[in-house]
Amino acid sequence: MSVAILRQGTYLIASIQSDLSDREVLELRHQLSELVGSYSTRGIVIDVAALDVIDSFVARSMRSIVLTAKLRGAETVIVGIQPDVAIAMVQFRLNLEPLRVALDLDAAIASLDRLTRRDAVDGG
Amino acid sequence: MEDEVRVSIDSDADLVAARAAGRAMAERLGFPRPDPTLIATAISEVARNIVVHVGSGEIVLRPFQDADRYGLVVVASDEGPGIRDIEVALRDEYSGRGGLGLGLAGARRLMDDFEIASDADTGTTVTMRKWRYRDELARLREERRRRA
Amino acid sequence: MNERSEPDAAAGSLLDELVAYLRDQRSELREEWARRISEAELLGVMSDEEIFSEATAVYDNYVDALETGSIETLQTYARELSERIIPRGVETHEVLGIVLLLRDVLARSLFAKYQNDLDLLNRILDAYEPAANRIAVTVGVSFVEERERVIHEQQEALRELSTPVLQLRERLLILPVIGILDSARARQLTEQLLGAIQEKRATVVVIDITGVATIDRTVANHLVQTVEASRLMGASTILTGLSSEIAQTLVDLDVDLGMMKTVGDLQGGLEEAERLAGYRGAGASDAIDGVES
Repeated sequence: MSVAILRQGTYLIASIQSDLSDREVLELRHQLSELVGSYSTRGIVIDVAALDVIDSFVARSMRSIVLTAKLRGAETVIVGIQPDVAIAMVQFRLNLEPLRVALDLDAAIASLDRLTRRDAVDGG
Repeated sequence: MEDEVRVSIDSDADLVAARAAGRAMAERLGFPRPDPTLIATAISEVARNIVVHVGSGEIVLRPFQDADRYGLVVVASDEGPGIRDIEVALRDEYSGRGGLGLGLAGARRLMDDFEIASDADTGTTVTMRKWRYRDELARLREERRRRA
Repeated sequence: MNERSEPDAAAGSLLDELVAYLRDQRSELREEWARRISEAELLGVMSDEEIFSEATAVYDNYVDALETGSIETLQTYARELSERIIPRGVETHEVLGIVLLLRDVLARSLFAKYQNDLDLLNRILDAYEPAANRIAVTVGVSFVEERERVIHEQQEALRELSTPVLQLRERLLILPVIGILDSARARQLTEQLLGAIQEKRATVVVIDITGVATIDRTVANHLVQTVEASRLMGASTILTGLSSEIAQTLVDLDVDLGMMKTVGDLQGGLEEAERLAGYRGAGASDAIDGVES
């Protein structure tokens, strides 16, 4: 399977295992959207370490996942962008608002903890 | 040269193959990082353009050499209805809620040379090149010597 | 091997005959050699035209060296050839291989020509072999020496280019840049910085350019891109030690520094870095927005 999705408490951890075709990207988006809805998910981590190309389509899809998840009450953090991929994205001028990124899984979880606690405090 | 690689583009699954072929050739030719990734990304964009707007086409990858450079040429062609306004196509999408930039503009920023030929009769051909000087270190020393 | 003593005079005339024969058979022998080079899959990085053109030059130089007994011209040619082909990736075993193949091709040709007179064949070979061996050694040694020179130069240049990456604390790295910061060095710096972030799990990096006098627009833009790329990996980068000249350059060039944090002095930069990395109370962040608020 090209993406492995695990549940960790109220978080979903999606690990992309290899280069994805456009169809697989859209399927991931669909799957995450469903899962967020059905299990009161508060956070999503998407691990893109296995992607050695992130182009405008992938970036657009990530953004879509983030916004969709947000509408259903979940924050999203992207981890594992490879150095060369980061350079390509910057040179390409891919605008990545409102994506959140973290260095690794631990940092992502810690960040989600903070974000969801904050949301809870704000009463949202 | 027989080093040419052709990838038929008929569906989004072919984009994976095109990216991999571009990366493989770039690495084989000796491009230093991050160039193979830049090239693969640019190929992904132009190839997707073919799938999305026309449905089928072809990517041809070719190495090139001249006296002091080595490089890779990517020719992405289709026989579609053509791009009516190339200028607009190359302009980034307007920023704001939706803007992530059209693939072609981004691809151009990743490569060194970039040309588009397009009309309603023959379709569209995007030719892009990335190259490096072969004797980069010698150049560097020369440049420093000049500066000093 | 510049002068010929008496006993060698006989050998000398044999050599003349040999040389004349090799010149006469130039086309055929050269083609045979080129064919065997392809067969042995040597010089893969060169096109057929290039191989043929170099083969012609080597052949002619080879025969000249046999004739004159002088290897100087050959040495010069071998060095120039090496300078040309080393950046193309031709390796030592290939060069030795082709020279020995030429030696074989010529020897075989001599066997064929003189097969009916074994005594003459032996005398011809007595004249040919030492000369051919000296030539093979000359070309081989020239190539290896040139290769070593290039490797040494590259190591020197790499040493000049690379920047040490120091781990100050967990999650905090510093890259002190000293000397000329040109595009090539900037590119190296990016690779090192991003690689170190990944390897050392750093969330904050300080690039200190106290030791850099000036930078141009290309390098300035490159630094900005590097900082943005580091952000995409989940780290923050702070630029410290900007000289007033560099600061002015950046302003004059109207370089878009975007969200890049810059601090005038290293000390201040380190304090800011420690704060960002969570070593100085509030302000720590585990995740970074794609575009910071």
